[in-house]
Amino acid sequence: MIIDIPRFMESERPYWAELEALLKRLEREKAELLSFTDAQRFHYLYERASADLARIVTFSSEPELRDYLEALVARAYGEIHESRRSQRSVAIWWWLSVALPRAFRRRRGAFYLTVAVTVFGAVFGGLAVALDDEAKEAVLPAMFANHMGDPRKRVAQEEGRGGAARKGGGVTASATRMTAFSAMLMQNNIGVAVKSLALGMTYGVGTLVLLFYNGVILGVVATDYALAGETVFLLGWILPHGVIEIPAILISAQAGLVLAHALIGWGRRERLRERLRSIAPDLATLIAAAALLLVWAGIVEAFFSQFHEPALPYAVKIAFGTAEFILLVAYLGLCGRSESSRLVKESA
Amino acid sequence: MRRLTLQIRTPEGVTFHQTLAGPMARFLAWLIDFVVTLALVYALNALLAVLQWISAEIAQAVAVMVMFALNIGYGMALEWLWRGQTFGKRVMRLRVMDAEGLRLRFSQIALRNLLRGVDLLPLAYAVGGLCALVSPLGQRLGDLAGGTIVVRIPHTPQPDIDQLVAGRFNSLRAFPHIVSRLRQQASPAEATLALQALLRREELVDAERVHVFAEIASHFRTLAAFPPEATEGVTDEQYLRNVVDVLFRASAKAASPAPSPGQEAAAT
Repeated sequence: MIIDIPRFMESERPYWAELEALLKRLEREKAELLSFTDAQRFHYLYERASADLARIVTFSSEPELRDYLEALVARAYGEIHESRRSQRSVAIWWWLSVALPRAFRRRRGAFYLTVAVTVFGAVFGGLAVALDDEAKEAVLPAMFANHMGDPRKRVAQEEGRGGAARKGGGVTASATRMTAFSAMLMQNNIGVAVKSLALGMTYGVGTLVLLFYNGVILGVVATDYALAGETVFLLGWILPHGVIEIPAILISAQAGLVLAHALIGWGRRERLRERLRSIAPDLATLIAAAALLLVWAGIVEAFFSQFHEPALPYAVKIAFGTAEFILLVAYLGLCGRSESSRLVKESA
Repeated sequence: MRRLTLQIRTPEGVTFHQTLAGPMARFLAWLIDFVVTLALVYALNALLAVLQWISAEIAQAVAVMVMFALNIGYGMALEWLWRGQTFGKRVMRLRVMDAEGLRLRFSQIALRNLLRGVDLLPLAYAVGGLCALVSPLGQRLGDLAGGTIVVRIPHTPQPDIDQLVAGRFNSLRAFPHIVSRLRQQASPAEATLALQALLRREELVDAERVHVFAEIASHFRTLAAFPPEATEGVTDEQYLRNVVDVLFRASAKAASPAPSPGQEAAAT
């Protein structure tokens, strides 16, 4: 086909410029801000640019013009044909109160599996340390070196340190030390959470191994302290941060298992690309939830969990941990339900 | 054979292409980002040295958190703010895109960056590199999970035809029917080749320039044969200029005004 390129460009260039301007506006702002008239105009300009591309593509001597139109149509195509729900990038409250708990509940099957594997690991670790004295040394990693000895000695040491700090007025010094400690805890735990998600790419095997091993460590330490008669210390030490930290790791592993399920594709007819596309928002939400929870857990672990009797009564710590746990369960289990029922009513 | 482009056909029946980024370009972009991150770490250390005067522990806490945020968040934040580009990708003219040509979403960016840890295994992006090599769309594991691809943004400046041909008489325009045939016969690649040869004229040494223009001109002469009066006395380079003029500026109105006899003599 032969067309008069200069005349063609002269007549069409204003429409391309208008489309480009609209695209720039759309890329800067939210799509919802387009009025109905603007949206209609946008669709018209997109179709016009598409038709121009179809005309020019058969014409031999304008590769630059074709590239330009291809790029323009590609950008407009992305905006026009996007059917996924627009992300509310600034609606933090909506994300926290609705999107996050709903994503968690939508994928609760994977969460139950993470709990089961962790409990299985904990039982295994508990039995190992109860039946074999050497199990503790064999199982615990180097970073748990301070738990290798007798739990009673550790408790006496921790309680003695707390009393000395109270008498010596070392609160300010320990607060700055704990700030650094807290930061390191957050970094380490969020790193583990990201790893739990990423290992979902091994069809979930890596995530399950990580969960099982975490469970084993938990079981070994808990049983060791319980057998030594230090259950109250253990609860006071673990509960304030553990009731947040452990679920956070489980939630990140839940995301890893959701990823693995999409990779394997059991019982689903969609293509791999479609399966992965459908879970991406939930994965991002779950891992962000885990990171947020771990930030809170890091603060509690450094500034609360590390203080023991006589500085801080165990009853207070256990009550604090229990209250946190109840709030977390209520949050994940109940938040966002009213909105979903409202939406169902509206759509009906 | 590895596919170099992603072809998307719209429901309107129009097809457009995205050129996929090669492994070397992606590696160089990563290298640039690595250097930028390193520079940021050094700058941060200098700032923390000041904070250490107040409290070494607080400085350590800030350092740990900021380094961690930088490590995890650098790619995520920049790709979100710059619509699929980091500093390295900008320099290398690459962009992360949705694999189906749709709008890139934050969840996709977050996933491709969070899964970088698996792609890095066991070292030096071995898993990710291998995956990208065997994947038809050059995707590493993070790209697969996030549904993203990395494309090359071609550098296509508008050719300055006027600079090449303005003010010159074009003897080929006297034969519009042959010009039409030439425009039908010449492929986009051939037209671009002629244009690029003229634009890069100064990069060639004299002898090679004569040789290159002669070869290209003889090729175009086989596509459409102009009568001797249109080509007689015209050098190969001028012939190419005339060809580029008629190919890229189809209308005689857009070309130079009707020449005087003196101009004609000068041009030919």
